[in-house]
Amino acid sequence: MPSEAVNDKVIKDTKGGQIKSWQALFFKETLRFWRVGVQTIAAPVLTALLYLLIFSHVLEARISVFDGLVSYTAFLVPGLIMMSVLQNAFANTSSSIIQSKVSGSIVFFLLAPITPLGIFAAYVLAGMLRGTIVGIAVWLVASAFFSPSLWLPAMPLWIIIFLLLGSALLSILGVIAGLWSEKFDQLATFQNFIIMPLTFLSGVFYSVRTLPDFWAKVSHLNPFFYMIDGFRYGFFGASDVSPWLSLGMVGVVTLFLAGFTWRLIANGWKLRP
Amino acid sequence: MLFPAIEFQSISRYFGAFCALDDVSFTVGQGEFFGLLGPNGAGKTTLISILGGLVKSHRGAARVMGHDVTTDYLNARRRLGVVPQELVYDPFFTVRETLRLQAGYYGLLKVDDWIDEILHYLGLSDKADSNMRALSGGMKRRVLVGQALVHKPPVIVLDEPTAGVDVELRHALWSFITKLNREGHTVLLTTHYLEEAEALCQRIAMLKNGKVVALDTKDNLISGVEPITVRLKTNGLPESWQARVRCQEGGTFLIELARYEELEALLAALREAHITIDGLSLEETDLERVFLRLTGNTAVTEEYHAI
Repeated sequence: MPSEAVNDKVIKDTKGGQIKSWQALFFKETLRFWRVGVQTIAAPVLTALLYLLIFSHVLEARISVFDGLVSYTAFLVPGLIMMSVLQNAFANTSSSIIQSKVSGSIVFFLLAPITPLGIFAAYVLAGMLRGTIVGIAVWLVASAFFSPSLWLPAMPLWIIIFLLLGSALLSILGVIAGLWSEKFDQLATFQNFIIMPLTFLSGVFYSVRTLPDFWAKVSHLNPFFYMIDGFRYGFFGASDVSPWLSLGMVGVVTLFLAGFTWRLIANGWKLRP
Repeated sequence: MLFPAIEFQSISRYFGAFCALDDVSFTVGQGEFFGLLGPNGAGKTTLISILGGLVKSHRGAARVMGHDVTTDYLNARRRLGVVPQELVYDPFFTVRETLRLQAGYYGLLKVDDWIDEILHYLGLSDKADSNMRALSGGMKRRVLVGQALVHKPPVIVLDEPTAGVDVELRHALWSFITKLNREGHTVLLTTHYLEEAEALCQRIAMLKNGKVVALDTKDNLISGVEPITVRLKTNGLPESWQARVRCQEGGTFLIELARYEELEALLAALREAHITIDGLSLEETDLERVFLRLTGNTAVTEEYHAI
Protein backbone atom coordinates (compact mmCIF):
# COMPACT_ATOMS: atom_id res chain seq x y z
CA MET A 1 0.00 0.00 0.00
CA PRO A 2 2.45 2.63 -1.03
CA SER A 3 0.09 5.56 -0.76
CA GLU A 4 -1.54 7.97 1.65
CA ALA A 5 -2.07 5.01 3.94
CA VAL A 6 1.52 5.13 5.09
CA ASN A 7 1.29 8.83 5.65
CA ASP A 8 -1.87 8.54 7.72
CA LYS A 9 -0.52 5.66 9.74
CA VAL A 10 2.56 7.66 10.63
CA ILE A 11 0.53 10.53 11.93
CA LYS A 12 -1.95 8.39 13.86
CA ASP A 13 0.75 6.30 15.48
CA THR A 14 2.26 9.32 17.04
CA LYS A 15 -0.82 10.95 18.52
CA GLY A 16 0.19 9.34 21.84
CA GLY A 17 2.11 12.29 23.15
CA GLN A 18 2.62 15.65 21.55
CA ILE A 19 5.01 18.41 22.40
CA LYS A 20 5.73 21.65 20.61
CA SER A 21 8.89 21.24 18.55
CA TRP A 22 10.49 24.38 19.98
CA GLN A 23 9.96 23.09 23.51
CA ALA A 24 12.01 20.02 22.69
CA LEU A 25 14.80 22.25 21.40
CA PHE A 26 14.56 24.39 24.56
CA PHE A 27 14.74 21.25 26.66
CA LYS A 28 17.79 20.05 24.74
CA GLU A 29 19.51 23.42 25.19
CA THR A 30 18.80 23.33 28.92
CA LEU A 31 19.94 19.73 29.29
CA ARG A 32 23.13 20.62 27.42
CA PHE A 33 24.34 23.24 29.91
CA TRP A 34 23.03 21.25 32.87
CA ARG A 35 25.15 18.25 31.84
CA VAL A 36 28.29 20.37 32.10
CA GLY A 37 27.10 22.33 35.12
CA VAL A 38 30.53 22.57 36.74
CA GLN A 39 31.70 24.57 33.76
CA THR A 40 28.49 26.43 32.97
CA ILE A 41 27.16 27.25 36.43
CA ALA A 42 29.65 26.57 39.24
CA ALA A 43 32.66 28.14 37.50
CA PRO A 44 31.02 31.51 36.74
CA VAL A 45 29.64 31.70 40.28
CA LEU A 46 33.15 31.16 41.63
CA THR A 47 34.56 33.81 39.30
CA ALA A 48 32.00 36.36 40.48
CA LEU A 49 32.77 35.59 44.11
CA LEU A 50 36.50 36.04 43.51
CA TYR A 51 35.87 39.49 42.05
CA LEU A 52 33.72 40.28 45.03
CA LEU A 53 36.27 39.03 47.54
CA ILE A 54 39.16 40.98 46.05
CA PHE A 55 37.47 44.24 45.11
CA SER A 56 35.52 44.52 48.34
CA HIS A 57 38.63 43.79 50.39
CA VAL A 58 40.66 46.43 48.59
CA LEU A 59 38.06 49.13 48.14
CA GLU A 60 35.49 48.77 50.93
CA ALA A 61 37.15 51.32 53.25
CA ARG A 62 37.96 53.81 50.51
CA ILE A 63 34.78 54.22 48.53
CA SER A 64 31.18 54.76 49.41
CA VAL A 65 28.48 55.22 46.85
CA PHE A 66 25.26 57.19 46.38
CA ASP A 67 26.44 59.88 48.84
CA GLY A 68 27.40 57.39 51.51
CA LEU A 69 24.07 55.58 51.47
CA VAL A 70 25.49 52.28 50.28
CA SER A 71 28.73 50.52 51.17
CA TYR A 72 31.02 49.62 48.31
CA THR A 73 30.57 45.87 48.78
CA ALA A 74 26.79 46.20 48.76
CA PHE A 75 27.05 48.38 45.65
CA LEU A 76 29.32 45.90 43.93
CA VAL A 77 27.16 42.78 44.46
CA PRO A 78 24.22 43.70 42.16
CA GLY A 79 26.73 44.73 39.49
CA LEU A 80 28.48 41.39 39.72
CA ILE A 81 25.19 39.47 39.71
CA MET A 82 24.10 41.26 36.57
CA MET A 83 27.51 40.83 34.95
CA SER A 84 27.30 37.07 35.60
CA VAL A 85 23.78 36.93 34.22
CA LEU A 86 24.80 38.78 31.07
CA GLN A 87 27.99 36.84 30.42
CA ASN A 88 26.36 33.45 30.93
CA ALA A 89 23.32 34.24 28.85
CA PHE A 90 25.66 35.24 26.03
CA ALA A 91 27.96 32.27 26.53
CA ASN A 92 25.11 29.78 26.45
CA THR A 93 23.56 30.70 23.14
CA SER A 94 26.78 31.61 21.36
CA SER A 95 28.81 28.56 22.36
CA SER A 96 25.96 26.14 21.78
CA ILE A 97 25.37 27.43 18.26
CA ILE A 98 29.02 27.55 17.28
CA GLN A 99 29.61 24.06 18.69
CA SER A 100 26.76 22.53 16.76
CA LYS A 101 27.83 24.41 13.64
CA VAL A 102 31.44 23.24 13.88
CA SER A 103 30.49 19.65 14.75
CA GLY A 104 27.68 19.56 12.17
CA SER A 105 25.06 18.40 14.66
CA ILE A 106 23.10 21.57 13.85
CA VAL A 107 21.42 19.59 11.04
CA PHE A 108 19.40 17.68 13.64
CA PHE A 109 17.12 20.63 14.26
CA LEU A 110 17.56 22.27 10.85
CA LEU A 111 15.97 19.17 9.29
CA ALA A 112 13.12 19.24 11.80
CA PRO A 113 9.83 21.11 11.44
CA ILE A 114 10.63 23.99 13.79
CA THR A 115 9.68 27.54 12.86
CA PRO A 116 12.32 30.31 12.92
CA LEU A 117 10.51 31.87 15.87
CA GLY A 118 10.64 28.49 17.63
CA ILE A 119 14.40 28.20 17.12
CA PHE A 120 14.82 31.77 18.36
CA ALA A 121 12.67 31.21 21.44
CA ALA A 122 14.32 27.90 22.37
CA TYR A 123 17.83 29.32 22.31
CA VAL A 124 17.03 32.64 23.95
CA LEU A 125 14.97 31.12 26.76
CA ALA A 126 17.69 28.56 27.54
CA GLY A 127 20.27 31.35 27.68
CA MET A 128 18.01 33.38 29.97
CA LEU A 129 17.55 30.36 32.21
CA ARG A 130 21.28 29.75 32.59
CA GLY A 131 21.97 33.45 33.22
CA THR A 132 19.22 33.53 35.83
CA ILE A 133 20.44 30.40 37.62
CA VAL A 134 23.99 31.77 37.82
CA GLY A 135 22.67 35.16 38.92
CA ILE A 136 20.55 33.69 41.70
CA ALA A 137 23.48 31.57 42.90
CA VAL A 138 25.76 34.62 43.07
CA TRP A 139 23.07 36.58 44.88
CA LEU A 140 22.52 33.82 47.46
CA VAL A 141 26.20 33.34 48.26
CA ALA A 142 27.04 37.05 48.23
CA SER A 143 24.12 37.93 50.48
CA ALA A 144 24.97 35.16 52.89
CA PHE A 145 28.68 35.90 53.22
CA PHE A 146 29.31 39.50 52.18
CA SER A 147 26.32 41.76 52.39
CA PRO A 148 23.26 40.58 54.38
CA SER A 149 21.38 43.79 53.56
CA LEU A 150 20.84 42.40 50.05
CA TRP A 151 18.49 39.67 51.31
CA LEU A 152 15.74 42.24 51.20
CA PRO A 153 15.94 44.33 48.06
CA ALA A 154 14.08 47.61 48.00
CA MET A 155 12.10 46.96 44.82
CA PRO A 156 12.16 43.32 43.68
CA LEU A 157 9.95 43.91 40.66
CA TRP A 158 12.61 46.08 39.04
CA ILE A 159 15.15 43.36 39.72
CA ILE A 160 13.03 40.78 37.93
CA ILE A 161 12.32 43.09 34.99
CA PHE A 162 15.98 43.88 34.40
CA LEU A 163 17.04 40.30 34.99
CA LEU A 164 14.67 39.14 32.25
CA LEU A 165 15.47 41.95 29.84
CA GLY A 166 19.23 41.83 30.37
CA SER A 167 19.49 38.06 30.03
CA ALA A 168 17.24 38.16 26.95
CA LEU A 169 19.33 40.88 25.30
CA LEU A 170 22.60 39.03 25.86
CA SER A 171 21.10 35.69 24.80
CA ILE A 172 20.05 37.39 21.59
CA LEU A 173 23.51 38.88 21.08
CA GLY A 174 24.88 35.38 21.67
CA VAL A 175 22.63 33.99 18.94
CA ILE A 176 23.87 36.66 16.53
CA ALA A 177 27.51 35.97 17.46
CA GLY A 178 27.01 32.20 17.16
CA LEU A 179 25.38 32.53 13.76
CA TRP A 180 27.99 34.98 12.50
CA SER A 181 31.03 33.00 13.64
CA GLU A 182 32.33 30.14 11.59
CA LYS A 183 35.14 29.26 13.96
CA PHE A 184 35.70 29.45 17.69
CA ASP A 185 38.27 32.26 17.39
CA GLN A 186 35.77 34.48 15.60
CA LEU A 187 33.41 33.99 18.50
CA ALA A 188 36.23 34.86 20.92
CA THR A 189 36.79 38.09 18.97
CA PHE A 190 33.13 39.04 19.32
CA GLN A 191 33.32 38.29 23.03
CA ASN A 192 36.63 40.02 23.77
CA PHE A 193 36.18 43.13 21.66
CA ILE A 194 32.47 43.78 22.05
CA ILE A 195 30.91 42.02 25.02
CA MET A 196 33.75 42.36 27.55
CA PRO A 197 34.45 46.10 27.03
CA LEU A 198 30.74 46.94 27.10
CA THR A 199 30.35 44.94 30.33
CA PHE A 200 33.39 46.28 32.15
CA LEU A 201 32.68 49.89 31.14
CA SER A 202 29.04 49.72 32.17
CA GLY A 203 29.42 50.59 35.84
CA VAL A 204 29.69 47.13 37.34
CA PHE A 205 32.60 48.22 39.52
CA TYR A 206 31.92 51.94 39.92
CA SER A 207 29.17 54.50 39.88
CA VAL A 208 29.21 56.33 36.57
CA ARG A 209 28.51 59.56 38.52
CA THR A 210 32.07 59.49 39.83
CA LEU A 211 33.53 59.59 36.31
CA PRO A 212 34.73 62.79 34.60
CA ASP A 213 31.89 64.43 32.74
CA PHE A 214 32.98 63.26 29.30
CA TRP A 215 33.28 59.58 30.26
CA ALA A 216 30.02 59.71 32.16
CA LYS A 217 28.36 60.86 28.94
CA VAL A 218 30.07 58.15 26.94
CA SER A 219 28.84 55.56 29.45
CA HIS A 220 25.30 56.71 28.78
CA LEU A 221 25.67 55.45 25.20
CA ASN A 222 26.34 51.92 26.44
CA PRO A 223 23.15 49.84 26.65
CA PHE A 224 24.83 47.62 29.26
CA PHE A 225 25.03 50.62 31.60
CA TYR A 226 21.23 50.81 31.73
CA MET A 227 20.87 47.12 32.49
CA ILE A 228 23.26 47.33 35.43
CA ASP A 229 21.92 50.65 36.68
CA GLY A 230 18.28 49.59 36.50
CA PHE A 231 19.05 46.27 38.15
CA ARG A 232 20.89 48.04 40.95
CA TYR A 233 17.94 50.38 41.44
CA GLY A 234 15.87 47.35 42.36
CA PHE A 235 18.21 46.66 45.29
CA PHE A 236 18.72 50.16 46.65
CA GLY A 237 15.99 52.35 45.27
CA ALA A 238 18.83 54.60 44.13
CA SER A 239 20.66 54.71 40.83
CA ASP A 240 22.62 56.93 38.44
CA VAL A 241 19.66 57.50 36.11
CA SER A 242 15.93 56.94 36.42
CA PRO A 243 14.94 53.25 36.17
CA TRP A 244 12.27 54.25 33.68
CA LEU A 245 14.91 55.63 31.36
CA SER A 246 16.87 52.38 31.76
CA LEU A 247 13.76 50.32 31.10
CA GLY A 248 13.05 52.31 27.96
CA MET A 249 16.59 52.03 26.63
CA VAL A 250 17.01 48.32 27.37
CA GLY A 251 13.49 47.50 26.24
CA VAL A 252 13.87 49.22 22.87
CA VAL A 253 17.27 47.67 22.15
CA THR A 254 16.05 44.20 23.15
CA LEU A 255 12.91 44.40 21.05
CA PHE A 256 14.83 45.69 18.06
CA LEU A 257 17.49 42.97 18.26
CA ALA A 258 14.86 40.29 18.88
CA GLY A 259 13.06 41.21 15.69
CA PHE A 260 16.32 41.50 13.78
CA THR A 261 17.59 38.10 14.95
CA TRP A 262 14.27 36.40 14.27
CA ARG A 263 14.52 37.66 10.67
CA LEU A 264 18.12 36.45 10.41
CA ILE A 265 17.00 32.95 11.36
CA ALA A 266 13.96 33.13 9.10
CA ASN A 267 16.19 34.05 6.17
CA GLY A 268 18.49 31.16 7.04
CA TRP A 269 21.47 33.53 7.43
CA LYS A 270 24.58 31.34 7.69
CA LEU A 271 22.28 28.41 8.54
CA ARG A 272 20.69 27.42 5.27
CA PRO A 273 23.02 28.66 2.49
CA MET B 1 -4.64 10.87 -4.93
CA LEU B 2 -1.30 9.37 -5.76
CA PHE B 3 1.20 12.19 -5.97
CA PRO B 4 4.94 11.53 -6.07
CA ALA B 5 6.77 11.01 -2.80
CA ILE B 6 9.62 13.21 -4.00
CA GLU B 7 9.49 15.74 -6.78
CA PHE B 8 12.35 17.82 -8.16
CA GLN B 9 11.24 20.38 -10.70
CA SER B 10 13.93 22.25 -12.66
CA ILE B 11 16.24 22.66 -9.69
CA SER B 12 19.31 24.83 -10.23
CA ARG B 13 21.86 25.82 -7.66
CA TYR B 14 25.10 27.79 -7.97
CA PHE B 15 27.99 28.20 -5.58
CA GLY B 16 29.51 31.42 -6.88
CA ALA B 17 30.13 30.79 -10.56
CA PHE B 18 30.10 27.01 -10.09
CA CYS B 19 26.88 25.35 -11.17
CA ALA B 20 26.28 22.52 -8.70
CA LEU B 21 22.85 21.58 -10.07
CA ASP B 22 21.64 22.44 -13.53
CA ASP B 23 17.92 22.14 -14.19
CA VAL B 24 17.47 18.84 -12.38
CA SER B 25 14.02 17.27 -12.63
CA PHE B 26 12.79 13.86 -11.62
CA THR B 27 10.16 12.29 -9.41
CA VAL B 28 10.16 9.33 -7.09
CA GLY B 29 6.87 7.52 -6.74
CA GLN B 30 5.39 6.50 -3.42
CA GLY B 31 6.79 3.20 -2.20
CA GLU B 32 9.73 3.18 -4.59
CA PHE B 33 13.27 2.23 -3.69
CA PHE B 34 15.15 4.78 -5.76
CA GLY B 35 18.89 5.13 -6.35
CA LEU B 36 20.68 8.42 -6.93
CA LEU B 37 24.16 7.74 -8.27
CA GLY B 38 27.00 9.87 -9.51
CA PRO B 39 30.69 10.51 -9.00
CA ASN B 40 31.96 12.76 -6.21
CA GLY B 41 30.96 16.37 -6.79
CA ALA B 42 28.07 15.45 -9.08
CA GLY B 43 25.60 17.33 -6.86
CA LYS B 44 23.91 14.43 -5.04
CA THR B 45 24.34 15.85 -1.55
CA THR B 46 23.35 19.35 -2.65
CA LEU B 47 20.15 17.94 -4.12
CA ILE B 48 19.34 16.06 -0.94
CA SER B 49 20.15 19.15 1.14
CA ILE B 50 17.65 21.14 -0.92
CA LEU B 51 15.03 18.50 -0.21
CA GLY B 52 15.74 18.69 3.53
CA GLY B 53 15.77 22.50 3.59
CA LEU B 54 19.47 22.69 4.48
CA VAL B 55 20.35 24.48 1.25
CA LYS B 56 18.22 26.80 -0.85
CA SER B 57 17.77 26.26 -4.56
CA HIS B 58 18.20 29.22 -6.87
CA ARG B 59 15.57 28.02 -9.30
CA GLY B 60 12.92 25.36 -9.39
CA ALA B 61 10.86 23.61 -6.74
CA ALA B 62 11.15 20.50 -4.59
CA ARG B 63 8.29 18.69 -2.90
CA VAL B 64 7.93 15.90 -0.35
CA MET B 65 4.60 14.05 -0.54
CA GLY B 66 3.22 17.05 -2.41
CA HIS B 67 4.44 19.65 0.11
CA ASP B 68 6.81 22.32 -1.15
CA VAL B 69 10.04 22.35 0.88
CA THR B 70 10.10 26.14 1.17
CA THR B 71 6.51 27.38 1.16
CA ASP B 72 5.13 24.42 3.14
CA TYR B 73 8.31 23.36 4.93
CA LEU B 74 6.70 22.20 8.18
CA ASN B 75 4.58 19.59 6.39
CA ALA B 76 7.42 18.64 4.05
CA ARG B 77 9.90 18.06 6.88
CA ARG B 78 7.45 16.05 8.99
CA ARG B 79 7.28 13.57 6.12
CA LEU B 80 11.01 13.36 5.47
CA GLY B 81 13.83 11.57 7.28
CA VAL B 82 17.39 12.27 6.15
CA VAL B 83 20.50 10.32 7.11
CA PRO B 84 23.31 12.82 6.52
CA GLN B 85 26.57 11.75 4.97
CA GLU B 86 28.77 13.35 7.62
CA LEU B 87 29.21 11.42 10.85
CA VAL B 88 27.76 14.01 13.21
CA TYR B 89 26.56 13.66 16.80
CA ASP B 90 25.85 15.64 19.92
CA PRO B 91 28.37 14.67 22.60
CA PHE B 92 26.22 15.70 25.57
CA PHE B 93 23.67 12.92 25.35
CA THR B 94 23.18 9.15 25.41
CA VAL B 95 21.84 7.20 22.44
CA ARG B 96 18.32 7.07 23.87
CA GLU B 97 18.34 10.75 24.78
CA THR B 98 19.52 11.61 21.28
CA LEU B 99 16.60 9.69 19.78
CA ARG B 100 14.08 11.12 22.25
CA LEU B 101 15.23 14.67 21.59
CA GLN B 102 15.04 14.12 17.86
CA ALA B 103 11.49 12.77 18.25
CA GLY B 104 10.69 15.88 20.28
CA TYR B 105 11.80 18.11 17.41
CA TYR B 106 9.01 16.46 15.42
CA GLY B 107 6.56 17.11 18.21
CA LEU B 108 6.50 13.54 19.50
CA LEU B 109 6.72 12.72 23.16
CA LYS B 110 5.83 9.10 23.87
CA VAL B 111 7.60 7.08 21.24
CA ASP B 112 9.75 4.82 23.41
CA ASP B 113 8.22 1.66 21.94
CA TRP B 114 9.24 2.75 18.49
CA ILE B 115 12.66 3.88 19.74
CA ASP B 116 13.16 0.41 21.26
CA GLU B 117 12.27 -1.15 17.93
CA ILE B 118 14.74 1.10 16.09
CA LEU B 119 17.45 0.26 18.63
CA HIS B 120 16.71 -3.43 18.18
CA TYR B 121 16.83 -3.41 14.39
CA LEU B 122 19.98 -1.33 14.30
CA GLY B 123 21.70 -3.53 16.88
CA LEU B 124 21.95 -0.70 19.40
CA SER B 125 19.85 -2.09 22.25
CA ASP B 126 22.83 -2.62 24.54
CA LYS B 127 24.20 0.83 23.72
CA ALA B 128 20.99 2.71 24.56
CA ASP B 129 22.44 4.31 27.67
CA SER B 130 25.96 4.90 26.37
CA ASN B 131 27.10 8.43 25.71
CA MET B 132 27.39 9.25 22.02
CA ARG B 133 31.06 10.11 22.50
CA ALA B 134 31.81 6.55 23.61
CA LEU B 135 30.50 4.93 20.41
CA SER B 136 32.59 3.72 17.49
CA GLY B 137 32.14 5.29 14.06
CA GLY B 138 29.90 2.48 12.86
CA MET B 139 27.71 2.77 15.95
CA LYS B 140 27.39 6.52 15.52
CA ARG B 141 26.29 5.89 11.94
CA ARG B 142 23.54 3.58 13.23
CA VAL B 143 22.29 6.28 15.57
CA LEU B 144 22.14 8.72 12.64
CA VAL B 145 19.92 6.24 10.82
CA GLY B 146 17.78 5.93 13.94
CA GLN B 147 17.44 9.70 14.21
CA ALA B 148 16.19 9.91 10.65
CA LEU B 149 13.53 7.27 11.35
CA VAL B 150 12.36 8.37 14.76
CA HIS B 151 9.30 10.25 13.45
CA LYS B 152 8.37 7.38 11.07
CA PRO B 153 8.70 9.50 7.96
CA PRO B 154 6.96 8.18 4.81
CA VAL B 155 10.00 9.32 2.81
CA ILE B 156 13.48 8.21 3.86
CA VAL B 157 16.63 9.64 2.29
CA LEU B 158 19.98 7.97 2.90
CA ASP B 159 23.09 9.83 1.77
CA GLU B 160 25.93 7.29 1.50
CA PRO B 161 24.76 5.44 4.61
CA THR B 162 27.21 2.58 4.33
CA ALA B 163 30.38 4.58 3.68
CA GLY B 164 33.03 3.18 5.99
CA VAL B 165 30.64 0.77 7.64
CA ASP B 166 31.37 -2.88 8.42
CA VAL B 167 29.67 -5.77 6.65
CA GLU B 168 27.54 -6.68 9.64
CA LEU B 169 25.94 -3.24 9.81
CA ARG B 170 25.41 -3.10 6.07
CA HIS B 171 23.38 -6.28 6.29
CA ALA B 172 21.43 -5.15 9.34
CA LEU B 173 20.80 -1.75 7.81
CA TRP B 174 19.61 -3.07 4.48
CA SER B 175 17.26 -5.63 5.95
CA PHE B 176 15.75 -2.90 8.13
CA ILE B 177 15.42 -0.39 5.27
CA THR B 178 14.01 -3.07 2.96
CA LYS B 179 11.45 -3.95 5.60
CA LEU B 180 10.43 -0.30 5.88
CA ASN B 181 10.23 -0.09 2.09
CA ARG B 182 7.96 -3.16 2.02
CA GLU B 183 5.73 -1.47 4.59
CA GLY B 184 5.27 1.41 2.16
CA HIS B 185 8.04 3.88 2.98
CA THR B 186 9.67 5.51 0.00
CA VAL B 187 13.46 5.27 0.00
CA LEU B 188 15.93 7.48 -1.85
CA LEU B 189 19.48 6.17 -1.63
CA THR B 190 22.78 7.60 -2.72
CA THR B 191 25.71 5.27 -2.58
CA HIS B 192 29.15 4.64 -3.95
CA TYR B 193 28.63 0.90 -3.73
CA LEU B 194 27.02 0.16 -7.05
CA GLU B 195 26.28 -3.42 -6.15
CA GLU B 196 24.12 -2.03 -3.34
CA ALA B 197 22.14 0.08 -5.75
CA GLU B 198 21.92 -2.89 -8.10
CA ALA B 199 20.59 -5.17 -5.40
CA LEU B 200 18.14 -2.73 -3.83
CA CYS B 201 16.93 -0.04 -6.19
CA GLN B 202 14.12 -0.36 -8.70
CA ARG B 203 14.79 2.90 -10.51
CA ILE B 204 17.96 4.90 -10.78
CA ALA B 205 18.97 8.46 -11.64
CA MET B 206 22.57 9.23 -12.47
CA LEU B 207 23.96 12.71 -11.94
CA LYS B 208 27.05 14.12 -13.55
CA ASN B 209 28.27 17.69 -13.17
CA GLY B 210 24.89 18.69 -11.77
CA LYS B 211 22.86 17.20 -14.62
CA VAL B 212 20.72 14.10 -14.85
CA VAL B 213 22.46 11.88 -17.41
CA ALA B 214 20.31 8.80 -16.95
CA LEU B 215 16.93 8.10 -15.44
CA ASP B 216 15.42 4.69 -15.90
CA THR B 217 14.69 1.37 -14.30
CA LYS B 218 17.75 -0.57 -13.30
CA ASP B 219 17.02 -3.32 -15.83
CA ASN B 220 16.66 -0.90 -18.73
CA LEU B 221 19.91 0.81 -17.82
CA ILE B 222 21.78 -2.46 -17.75
CA SER B 223 20.21 -3.80 -20.94
CA GLY B 224 21.27 -0.62 -22.77
CA VAL B 225 24.87 -1.80 -22.60
CA GLU B 226 26.48 -4.83 -24.29
CA PRO B 227 26.16 -7.70 -21.85
CA ILE B 228 29.72 -9.03 -21.81
CA THR B 229 32.96 -7.21 -21.16
CA VAL B 230 36.35 -8.64 -22.08
CA ARG B 231 39.30 -7.35 -20.16
CA LEU B 232 42.33 -8.00 -22.33
CA LYS B 233 46.02 -7.44 -21.65
CA THR B 234 48.14 -7.39 -24.79
CA ASN B 235 50.79 -5.29 -26.46
CA GLY B 236 48.37 -4.19 -29.20
CA LEU B 237 45.11 -4.86 -31.04
CA PRO B 238 44.32 -5.70 -34.66
CA GLU B 239 43.03 -2.76 -36.72
CA SER B 240 39.57 -4.32 -37.08
CA TRP B 241 38.97 -4.42 -33.32
CA GLN B 242 40.23 -1.01 -32.32
CA ALA B 243 36.84 0.65 -32.81
CA ARG B 244 35.33 -1.79 -30.29
CA VAL B 245 37.53 -0.68 -27.39
CA ARG B 246 35.40 0.88 -24.68
CA CYS B 247 38.36 2.10 -22.74
CA GLN B 248 42.08 1.57 -22.47
CA GLU B 249 44.66 1.99 -19.76
CA GLY B 250 48.23 1.10 -20.69
CA GLY B 251 48.13 -2.37 -22.21
CA THR B 252 44.69 -3.21 -20.82
CA PHE B 253 41.69 -2.94 -23.13
CA LEU B 254 38.03 -3.23 -22.24
CA ILE B 255 35.93 -4.55 -25.11
CA GLU B 256 32.17 -5.05 -24.97
CA LEU B 257 30.61 -8.04 -26.71
CA ALA B 258 27.00 -8.74 -27.56
CA ARG B 259 27.39 -12.54 -27.53
CA TYR B 260 29.96 -15.04 -26.31
CA GLU B 261 30.45 -16.22 -29.91
CA GLU B 262 32.15 -12.92 -30.67
CA LEU B 263 34.97 -13.99 -28.39
CA GLU B 264 36.07 -16.59 -30.96
CA ALA B 265 36.40 -13.94 -33.63
CA LEU B 266 38.40 -11.73 -31.28
CA LEU B 267 40.82 -14.52 -30.37
CA ALA B 268 41.21 -15.51 -34.05
CA ALA B 269 42.03 -11.93 -35.00
CA LEU B 270 44.68 -11.79 -32.27
CA ARG B 271 46.23 -15.07 -33.43
CA GLU B 272 46.38 -13.90 -37.04
CA ALA B 273 48.07 -10.66 -36.03
CA HIS B 274 50.58 -12.66 -33.91
CA ILE B 275 49.65 -10.72 -30.76
CA THR B 276 50.44 -12.44 -27.48
CA ILE B 277 47.74 -12.45 -24.84
CA ASP B 278 49.20 -11.58 -21.43
CA GLY B 279 45.89 -11.74 -19.62
CA LEU B 280 42.18 -12.14 -20.28
CA SER B 281 39.04 -12.10 -18.18
CA LEU B 282 35.32 -11.94 -18.83
CA GLU B 283 32.70 -9.99 -16.91
CA GLU B 284 28.97 -9.77 -17.19
CA THR B 285 27.83 -6.17 -17.49
CA ASP B 286 26.61 -4.68 -14.24
CA LEU B 287 25.55 -1.29 -13.03
CA GLU B 288 29.14 -0.29 -12.57
CA ARG B 289 29.80 -0.63 -16.28
CA VAL B 290 26.73 1.49 -17.02
CA PHE B 291 27.82 4.00 -14.46
CA LEU B 292 31.35 4.30 -15.84
CA ARG B 293 30.03 4.67 -19.34
CA LEU B 294 27.44 7.32 -18.52
CA THR B 295 29.60 9.34 -16.22
CA GLY B 296 32.36 9.30 -18.79
CA ASN B 297 34.87 7.74 -16.46
CA THR B 298 37.24 5.99 -18.84
CA ALA B 299 39.78 4.81 -16.32
CA VAL B 300 40.04 1.07 -15.87
CA THR B 301 39.15 1.14 -12.22
CA GLU B 302 39.24 -2.48 -11.26
CA GLU B 303 42.25 -4.59 -10.58
CA TYR B 304 43.47 -6.49 -13.57
CA HIS B 305 42.38 -10.10 -13.35
CA ALA B 306 44.85 -12.49 -14.95
CA ILE B 307 43.70 -15.92 -15.94
